[in-house]
Amino acid sequence: MRESFFRGVKAGIPIGLGYLSVSFTFGIMAVSYGFRWWQALLISMLTVTSAGQFAGIGTMLHPGQYIEMLISQLTINVRYSFMSISLSQKTDEKFKGIWRWLFGFMMTDEIFAVASTEKEVSRSFFAGLMTTPYLGWSLGTLIGALLGNVLPHRLMSALSLAIYGMFVAIVMPGMKESRAVVMVVLLALGLSSLFYYVPALSFVSSGLAISICAILAALAGAALFPVKEEA
Amino acid sequence: MELKSFFIYLAIMAGSTYLIRAIPFAVIHKKIENRFIKSFLHYIPYAVLTAMTFPAILYATDYVLSAAIGFAVAMLFASKGKSLTTVAAAACVAVFCVESLMVMF
Repeated sequence: MRESFFRGVKAGIPIGLGYLSVSFTFGIMAVSYGFRWWQALLISMLTVTSAGQFAGIGTMLHPGQYIEMLISQLTINVRYSFMSISLSQKTDEKFKGIWRWLFGFMMTDEIFAVASTEKEVSRSFFAGLMTTPYLGWSLGTLIGALLGNVLPHRLMSALSLAIYGMFVAIVMPGMKESRAVVMVVLLALGLSSLFYYVPALSFVSSGLAISICAILAALAGAALFPVKEEA
Repeated sequence: MELKSFFIYLAIMAGSTYLIRAIPFAVIHKKIENRFIKSFLHYIPYAVLTAMTFPAILYATDYVLSAAIGFAVAMLFASKGKSLTTVAAAACVAVFCVESLMVMF
C-alpha cells in the first residue's frame, strides 16, 4: 500500500511541475483582473480545473450571471464525467464508497491520463498521484498571485510544454499497439483542428470542443473497431 | 467586486465542477458489460488527450517553431518507450534550446 502510494507520488511529479506553470499564469491573470491573492488561491484550491477557472474569472467580473456561469462550467467540464466513468471501471475492490467521493474531486485531465495507464487503480496509488498536482496547482496560483513574474519568461515558455509532452508519452504506446487507436487518434486530431481553424466553429469554447471531438472519435472507434472481449 | 457575489460564483464553480467529476465516479460500481460502451471507454483516453494536445500544443510556447520541435522530440522519445517524465523533460529542454538559439540569431 505504501509502495503504491509512493509510486503514485512519483508518477504525479511531472503533472505537479506542469501545473505549477499553468496555475502560475492563472494567479497572475486573476490579480490583473482585480482579484485578491486569497481569492485566486481559493478558486484554485476548490476547483482544480484549468479551462474552467480561466473562463470562470472572466464571468465573475460581471455581476449576477449565475446561470451563465453554471452553463459554461458544465459545458467546459463535461469531459470529466467521461473520464470518471472510464476510471470507475479500473479501480480495485477497495477503492469505493467515500473514497470515490473524496478522490473524485481530483479527476483532472492529467491525473486521469496517468491513472488510465494502470491495469488496476488502487486507492493508495490515486492518493499518491493526486498529491503533487494539488500542491503544484495551489502553490503555483499563490506564487503567481503574490509575486507575478518571478521565473524567467523563457523557462515558463519551455515548462508549458511539459503537460503536452506527457500526453504524447501516454498516447504513442497505445498507437504502437493497435491500429484502431491510431485511427481514433487521427480522427480526434482532425476534428480538433477543425474546431480550432474553421472560423465558423470558433464560437465553441475549447473545453466543449475537446469533449465533442473526444466523444465523436471514441464513438467512431467503438463502432468500427469494437475491442475484443477480455480473456 | 462584491464579496457576496464572489462567494456565490465560487460556490457555483466549485460545486458544479466537483459534482460532474465525483457523481459518475462514485455512482458507477458495476463492471460495464456492453461491448460498445466498453470499446467507447477504451478509446476515450486517447481521444481526449489527442484533442487536448493538438493543435493547442503548437501555441503553448512563445513560438510555433519551438513548440513544433518540442512536439517532434516528445513523439520521438515516446515512440522509443521512454517514461512520462523523460518525455516531458525532453520536450521542455528542446523548447528551451530552440528558443535560446532563436533569440541568439
